[in-house]
Amino acid sequence: MLTKEKQAPALPKEAKTISGAEALILALLEEKVDTIFGYPGGAIMPVYDALYDYTDKLNHVLVRHEQGGIHAGQGYARSSGKVGVVFATSGPGATNLVTGLADAQIDSTPLVCITGQVFAHLLGTDAFQETDILNITTPITKWNYQITDASEIPDVLAKAFYIARSGRPGPVLIDITKNAQQQKFEFTGYQPCRHIRSYKPKPSVRQEYIVQAAELINGAKKPFILWGQGVILGSAEREFKAFVEKSGIPAAWTIMGAGALATDHPQNVGMLGMHGNYGPNVLTNECDVLIAIGMRFDDRVTGRLDKYARQAKVVHLDIDPTEIGKNVPATVPVWGDCKETLPLLTALIEAKEHSEWLGQFRKYNKEEVEVVIQEELFPTSEEMTMGEVIQQLNDLTAGNAIVVTDVGQHQMVACRYAKLNHTRSNITSGGLGTMGFALPAAIGAKFGTPDRTVVAVIGDGGFQMNLQEMGTIMQTGVDVKILILNNQFLGMVRQWQELFLERRYSFVDITSPDFVKVASGYGISGRSVSKREELQEALQQMLSHQGSFLLEVMVTKENNVFPMVPQGCSVSEIRLK
Amino acid sequence: MSIENHTDKQEFNITVYTENHIGLLTRIAIIFSRRKINVECLNTSPSEIEGIHRFNIVITETAEVVRKIAGQIEKQVGVLKAYYNTNQDVIWQEMALYKVPTDVIAERAIVERLLRENGARAVVIRKDYTVFETTGQREETDNLIKVLEPYGLIEFVRSARIAIIKDSEGFHRKLQEFEESEPHDEVVENEFLSSREKVFTM
Repeated sequence: MLTKEKQAPALPKEAKTISGAEALILALLEEKVDTIFGYPGGAIMPVYDALYDYTDKLNHVLVRHEQGGIHAGQGYARSSGKVGVVFATSGPGATNLVTGLADAQIDSTPLVCITGQVFAHLLGTDAFQETDILNITTPITKWNYQITDASEIPDVLAKAFYIARSGRPGPVLIDITKNAQQQKFEFTGYQPCRHIRSYKPKPSVRQEYIVQAAELINGAKKPFILWGQGVILGSAEREFKAFVEKSGIPAAWTIMGAGALATDHPQNVGMLGMHGNYGPNVLTNECDVLIAIGMRFDDRVTGRLDKYARQAKVVHLDIDPTEIGKNVPATVPVWGDCKETLPLLTALIEAKEHSEWLGQFRKYNKEEVEVVIQEELFPTSEEMTMGEVIQQLNDLTAGNAIVVTDVGQHQMVACRYAKLNHTRSNITSGGLGTMGFALPAAIGAKFGTPDRTVVAVIGDGGFQMNLQEMGTIMQTGVDVKILILNNQFLGMVRQWQELFLERRYSFVDITSPDFVKVASGYGISGRSVSKREELQEALQQMLSHQGSFLLEVMVTKENNVFPMVPQGCSVSEIRLK
Repeated sequence: MSIENHTDKQEFNITVYTENHIGLLTRIAIIFSRRKINVECLNTSPSEIEGIHRFNIVITETAEVVRKIAGQIEKQVGVLKAYYNTNQDVIWQEMALYKVPTDVIAERAIVERLLRENGARAVVIRKDYTVFETTGQREETDNLIKVLEPYGLIEFVRSARIAIIKDSEGFHRKLQEFEESEPHDEVVENEFLSSREKVFTM
């Protein structure tokens, strides 16, 4: 029995006898959940039975695979900022959540996953559809817990939502044995959790480090801001923009931070990392003060660590103290929520314009445009490039769509070139690199933000990993634009084989079905184009179509994503070709 | 007190205060195994506060690695605090049991001297075997193995290490801070800029 850490004043509700399953549904309603992505099964049947009476208040989206369900939950959470809720049954239902949990854990996505479990008396007996999901998911959840008694449900659910959304968010899994779902108990009301003594969501802010950070920034000749998803997770976009604009400092983003500052903001100098922009990578090794905000110096961002920004003093703002000094030593660690720390810092910094320093980024950008970007976005070759598709999409959406990407070459191209005017507009599997993420995540993103256009940009390989979720689209009528960039290869692996393994194309040549026909089987309209003349009109057709639409664009087969920081190289060794 | 050379591996005692919840042992153990770090010994026990458990974990690693590990441990829900200390900063003990054949030991050894010299005592004396017990640091418990081996040591077992931090004031005050819903300034120390406490903390 889990004891409540902090007793809130008791609600003046009268106790009533209900089942554990119904208590779970009531808890979800109390937490203002409106959408659940799930798939029923034996061990979670009592929950689904209770849900049957609440379908007017809770929208349950029946997915086609639990992995699709959890990625949809992630898409929902990433687009809306709310906690994604996922239901799955025991055994295979639960293990199908594993990839999504790992993805949500590494990308700090708030989720509450509810799994059914066999009766408590059968635990450990290898019962039908029994699996030790708690131990399987321990390394990939922020918290997990098994409920064997119905009376635990309200408090554990309150704790689950609190942990999932507070501090650095993450996925929580609650496993409920079937007997606990069925058991009747005295329900005395739901009290949200606001404090757990053995969980500290964020460290307290200390003014002295703010002062020291401001001193470093004010004295810097070539300061450089790197931002990540922390700005978005902390809903600190406004505070961040104010800081950037007052400081006059050039700012670059990690793939997870894209869109927190509009892509056309004059101080937004581009993307960091392996396939990021030229200037931000090279100049990382020339700046004198590096200001990292809500980012974790992933190896795809830093390249070779012992040659990364060695000359720079580092100011690191993060809500998770273990991220500070994990990969890159911090000169001034600013622990705390950047929504609180950024305004404090903005108040102490001098208003400046670093025009000469910004000019250096522009110079590198000019070179990148000449060598890479011009030909990618406006190709002179006969065959289409991925970049020109994104460029045309930008023109039509004006940068107002949510772009959900899968993993691989198209992901890098889409993230590099997508125009994003708004925050929470770039949904991608950044840390885990999960192929098959985009289609279900796009479905979830649309449920999270029904008023926005959601475009899922997917490769021909990734689309085949979760294409069953077209069934979810068919059944719910959700409006998702599916844009397949088909180069008939597993392109990123092929690129590495070309560049580093003497073109030994080992199992990257992938055959695809007729995607338009498959979509048509699901009642989804579609079209395939291979000629440039048709591209713009086809994209327009996709965007203006009522409901979901699948557009396949045949692009050149053996194009490479550049620039590129080859593995094991320093960011300043980035290659333009 | 400060650890100058970050590349040198040495024994560290990690002390963790936790809730008494099922699953926490796994959550803590996998932090080591994921990084391919061998746990040399691990002890869980009650602490000075009812309901709060205390882990004592010994690993041989660099100070830098141990700092990061302790941070990862402390981050887990259910963990209140993780400290790490070198052997110089703690009082530590291990307990060992030795089973030897009674007839041999009675015939050939001067038992009383043997026990006195090794700070050991006889826990059980039966016709067929005798069990000795000793408590101390590794070299002391090892020493008795060497002494008893000639008499046909049947069975040997040593407990995990338990350690008391020399400079710790105990956990009562800290716990009060954790129980307050508003974060307290002293809860998170900043190891980069604060002058280091006598006890390393995260």
